[in-house]
Amino acid sequence: MSSIAIENEANYLKYKGRYKGLLGWILSTDHKRIGLLYLYSMAVMFLIGAGLGLAMRFELLAPGKTVMDAQAYNATFTVHGVIMIFMVVIPGLPAVFGNFFLPLMIGAKDVAFPRLNLLSWWFFIIGIFLVLSALLFGSGTPDTGWTFYAPYSFRTGTNLLPAIFGAFVLGFSSILTGLNFLVTIHRMRCPGMKWTKMPLFVWTLYGTAWIQLLATPVVGITLVLVALERLFSVGIFDPALGGDPILYQHLFWIYSHPAVYVMILPALGVISEIIPTFSQKHIFGYKAIIASTMAIAFVGYLVWGHHMFTAGMSGTAQYYFSLLTFLVAVPSAIKVFNWISTMYKGSINLQTPFLWAVSFIFVFMIGGLSGLVLGALAANIHVHDTAFVVAHFHYIVFGGTGFAFLGAIHYWFPKIYGRMYDKSWANIGWAVFFIGFLTLYTPMFYLGLMGQPRRYYDYLAEFHGGNILATIGSWILATGIIIIFANLIRSASRGEKAVMDPWHSKTLEWTVPSPPPVENFDEIPVLEESDGPYNYK
Amino acid sequence: MYSSEITQASNFVKGVDTAFLVILGISFFFLISITIVMLIFIYKYNRKRNPKATQIEGNTKLEVVWVVIPFLITLLMFYYGWAGWKPMTQVPDDAMEITVYGRMWNFMFEYENGKMVDTLYLPINQPVKLNLVAMDVLHSLYIPAFRVKQDMVPGKKNNFMWFEPQREGTYEIFCAEYCGLEHSYMYSYAKVMEDSAFQAWVADTTLVTREVESPTATGRRIMQNIGCFACHSVDGSKLVGPSFQGIWESERTVVTGGSARQVIADEEYIHRSIMDPNADVVEGFGRGLMLSYKGMLTEEDIEYIIEYLQTLN
Repeated sequence: MSSIAIENEANYLKYKGRYKGLLGWILSTDHKRIGLLYLYSMAVMFLIGAGLGLAMRFELLAPGKTVMDAQAYNATFTVHGVIMIFMVVIPGLPAVFGNFFLPLMIGAKDVAFPRLNLLSWWFFIIGIFLVLSALLFGSGTPDTGWTFYAPYSFRTGTNLLPAIFGAFVLGFSSILTGLNFLVTIHRMRCPGMKWTKMPLFVWTLYGTAWIQLLATPVVGITLVLVALERLFSVGIFDPALGGDPILYQHLFWIYSHPAVYVMILPALGVISEIIPTFSQKHIFGYKAIIASTMAIAFVGYLVWGHHMFTAGMSGTAQYYFSLLTFLVAVPSAIKVFNWISTMYKGSINLQTPFLWAVSFIFVFMIGGLSGLVLGALAANIHVHDTAFVVAHFHYIVFGGTGFAFLGAIHYWFPKIYGRMYDKSWANIGWAVFFIGFLTLYTPMFYLGLMGQPRRYYDYLAEFHGGNILATIGSWILATGIIIIFANLIRSASRGEKAVMDPWHSKTLEWTVPSPPPVENFDEIPVLEESDGPYNYK
Repeated sequence: MYSSEITQASNFVKGVDTAFLVILGISFFFLISITIVMLIFIYKYNRKRNPKATQIEGNTKLEVVWVVIPFLITLLMFYYGWAGWKPMTQVPDDAMEITVYGRMWNFMFEYENGKMVDTLYLPINQPVKLNLVAMDVLHSLYIPAFRVKQDMVPGKKNNFMWFEPQREGTYEIFCAEYCGLEHSYMYSYAKVMEDSAFQAWVADTTLVTREVESPTATGRRIMQNIGCFACHSVDGSKLVGPSFQGIWESERTVVTGGSARQVIADEEYIHRSIMDPNADVVEGFGRGLMLSYKGMLTEEDIEYIIEYLQTLN
């Protein structure tokens, strides 16, 4: 271990480069600083998005108008969706933890293209401001839903173009990050780190990067076509001009379904790191987990049609998409079995990150199993476009990716800041959050089965009970978020000092001081034949 | 949900609910058993009880088992989903056809004899084919009790759904595809009745097109049926479109081809606003939000509407 004096001088948080203060951050090409830039900008966007979600839930507390009118409600769910999908969950884990830990985990000093990495963050910020400008200026906040479905997106009088252009710019941020990670993983692994010695989080980032690179351009092109249609009435999607609205749905979901795997794959990777660490045991079925990761990334491209089972596709397309959707369930099931087998005969240390990982497995199973209901043609017809779908994707996207994100931050926090959070408050935050989450989203499964459509500003009296429960859940969840944020923010500067490897983990990021030095490794590590990311012997 | 004891609302309930029961049953079984196993492991292999982990890197036999078994189970689920859905695509030849018009934000149902109403009246035990016509944006016709849903896509040919109502009663119809401001108010009812009662009802074509009360009441009902009040209030409050309060012979500022001008709201103006709504748009309101009612209203209907609008001064 290097001496304490050097550690303090050279850690990336205190390092003084060409610029000072804020500029030293927003112009930094250090992958760790960029990771934190993403973390902070995303945390702000998450709080705005969560606030909008709370407002929607409050409106739905009782039938009729509660606090806002229908136009405001429609704008609220649109902005909630756009912020949460494009600015929080899609960039989410890769941009924050991928940036921070990918080079550390493969024994590299930085990503392959550090300046491109900084540019990606700038695209991200520009995209955010473009989208937000649609809210503040022009003829009203967009009210199309985050899917911008044609032809409503051509009819609405609201200010849609900046939002579309913003989403387009955000797409570039995602593509460039993907490209950067691909090259980094291919070219910059330290000597001895064969593909079969890569940590599983890195493997999931690899699968994710391919999706980002190959699928994101499709949505970029689609959004350009929507803009052209709105400006010059070219007639691609708008039936009034001879276009086809179903074509829009195909193009949109060809990207947006794989995007769900951009959100969830790195989450699966995080869980595959946390469980072996806190079980002090080798991951069960390392190669099977890699194979299932790549299978999900690949089959994920071929199932977009299940978003369109009621849209009027041909019968053949319906079977094909339904069957392939069921196939995606298999690799997801494999992962769950592997994680639980990793716990078998382990020596389990019940710390906060492990609690997040276990609750992740629980909500991910519910999300995945409800996905089977949606993948089956007959059942889909009934619950398509109902509250059931809202429950399903919040279980996957917020339950899955969100729980993994919170698990990741509690896992890597001591490495990032060199300080430990208050563990009992962290556990209380987790418990409140978990209870709030279940109370908020579980009633929506019931409401959907009873037939309440989604995106409803108002509902009939028979749906009242479930909506009250969900709204109460949103308050509990918000309390949990406040506890977690307060604890982490306080601990980042005032927490107890953390040691280099507080969880006794075996991956390379724990071999450098906490917080890591500017260039990560004084000497590039070399892996011996007996070394491995999960070798606890 | 589903019960074999009672007659179901439509012929599809059984197939759809069987798919639900099979999938949810298997899902609950796995969710509960996996969670229990996980909790047992967390308890039993806590480091207090098991201070030293036993290293196991994998087990090929076990891995093959849990690839093959989920694969077979998902195929089973796929089958039930397919089996419950397949009949929805095969319309019987003797189905009664009804055309459904969806527009922002109401449904209209037109019967073979030209009768047009805002509530879906149906004879029991008679297959019904709904031909779906979306007038403006996407809508989706959803009858939860019947377990049917189909998007209504503007410009799409052969856009239909079918079912056979099997129990008398009144069932909700929702619009399930987001369609703008009043999406959540775009609902109606399906009323399933004895065949004889239905035949008597459908044969009476006087209800909507002819005057039944006073001309003004008729005008109001026509406007209600085609959904005018979703966007235009009668009390002066501003909705998507301008209010009807005090409209008759008032002076209005409209935008015609980009430039503002003054017009008087007379018979000709109201006629044009209904048939060609984007020719003159009242200043301060969006163009393109209202579509023409050409073909949906007769000259006589418009006269009734004007009679009614005159009473709002």
